[in-house]
Amino acid sequence: MALEKEVKKSQLPFSKEIMTQLGGETVTFCYQCGTCASSCPVAKITEKFNPREVIKQSLLGEKEETLSGDAIWLCCSCYNCQERCPQKVEIADVIYALRNMSIRRGNIPNIYAEFAAGLMSEGRIVPISKFLEKKRPEFGLPPLKSTGIDSLRKILSTTGFDAIWQKGEEES
Amino acid sequence: MTSYALFLGCTIPARQPHYELSARKALPKLGIELVDLADMTCCAPPPLQSIDLETSLSIAAYNICLAEEADLNIVTLCTGCFESLAMANATLKKNERLKARVNRILSSAGKEFKGSKEVKHYLQVLIEDVGLDRLRKAIVKNLSNLKVASFSGCHALRPSELLKFDDPERPHIFDDLVEALGAKSIWYRNKLKCCGGLLRGYADDVALAIAREKIVNTTKADADCIATLCPFCFLTLDLGQILMKSAFHEEYNMPVLHYAELLSLALGIDPKELAPDFHKIKVDKVLNKIV
Repeated sequence: MALEKEVKKSQLPFSKEIMTQLGGETVTFCYQCGTCASSCPVAKITEKFNPREVIKQSLLGEKEETLSGDAIWLCCSCYNCQERCPQKVEIADVIYALRNMSIRRGNIPNIYAEFAAGLMSEGRIVPISKFLEKKRPEFGLPPLKSTGIDSLRKILSTTGFDAIWQKGEEES
Repeated sequence: MTSYALFLGCTIPARQPHYELSARKALPKLGIELVDLADMTCCAPPPLQSIDLETSLSIAAYNICLAEEADLNIVTLCTGCFESLAMANATLKKNERLKARVNRILSSAGKEFKGSKEVKHYLQVLIEDVGLDRLRKAIVKNLSNLKVASFSGCHALRPSELLKFDDPERPHIFDDLVEALGAKSIWYRNKLKCCGGLLRGYADDVALAIAREKIVNTTKADADCIATLCPFCFLTLDLGQILMKSAFHEEYNMPVLHYAELLSLALGIDPKELAPDFHKIKVDKVLNKIV
């Protein structure tokens, strides 16, 4: 009885919390068949990632392990699992939701912090070298149009993206 | 001429002028005009979706708004851009609540997503606006000596429910377009499997191991080259082979070309005009087989 209570206490809030996130809505449809794991190119290479395990952990309410662990960052977003899931769990999207939650706790992997910095400073996640930009006419390419950086910054400040990113910066 | 707003993205202008050149030279020859719009920004691809989905959806929608204002559909060269924009477009068109939520965010930038335009990958444009017959008739070079291992990558095909690009398990559009050039499109093991590219920068060893499998399988199938649709797949497989040399002491020399490059060559565009030096793995073997 005590164990049941314990499970209930930890389980419900986390899966419900995931369901309220964009991308996380379908997490509870999973019945653990493993079609995702057998379709996953990463799971074939490393034991550190298995989509079925990530969903199981989430459903069991293992919030700390899921959001602080390495696994959610090892999905290669190929959508093979999502395409094949018989229960229509949007697995790749659930993993985005988990990453979003993890980042809001201040856990932002370096490479993602670099992408965010590129976005905020130039409006592109991959910066364009001045060298290549200058060479464009030589190749016969037209000059690059300006990016809508001002509009972008307004969007980023409205959604709180800049604050999420700064929090990650401070904690790292 | 059918006109499209070209969504160029970042990786292509940042690293792959050969891709941009081939597309800008080939598509107008087939009656497709590419219009460059000002103020486009990042497409909000998986790395940004990983940080915040709501922001990503809003940024993608912002870009689509610019095309709506210009009264043009969007064409992308990068498959990553295609997925980000097409997924946002399809999602917001069918989900009114989410559309209202995104439009509240976009109002800060003076934009409103209406859902009046389409987002297409250039392969769809070739199939739908040009058509295989017209394409076949436009070919002036003979590519029949080439065995091409076409590789769609993930984000043209999946999630198919939203992207509606091709059959996700038995795709044929890319192969049809390769064969329309006169080349032979070959099958190889795990053809539809990911290149691993999105793990680069976080788990390089895993990414390289996945890419290696693709190079091994296309080599075993005796391909003359791999054809890609996406700058990330290209990078992962082309530069990847240099990394494989030092990581596994294996040398494959499998040329990787974007489909737009093969198309340009078939249309008779001089290879020298296509900046071939941007390939890490030399493509001479492929050029020599085209007569």
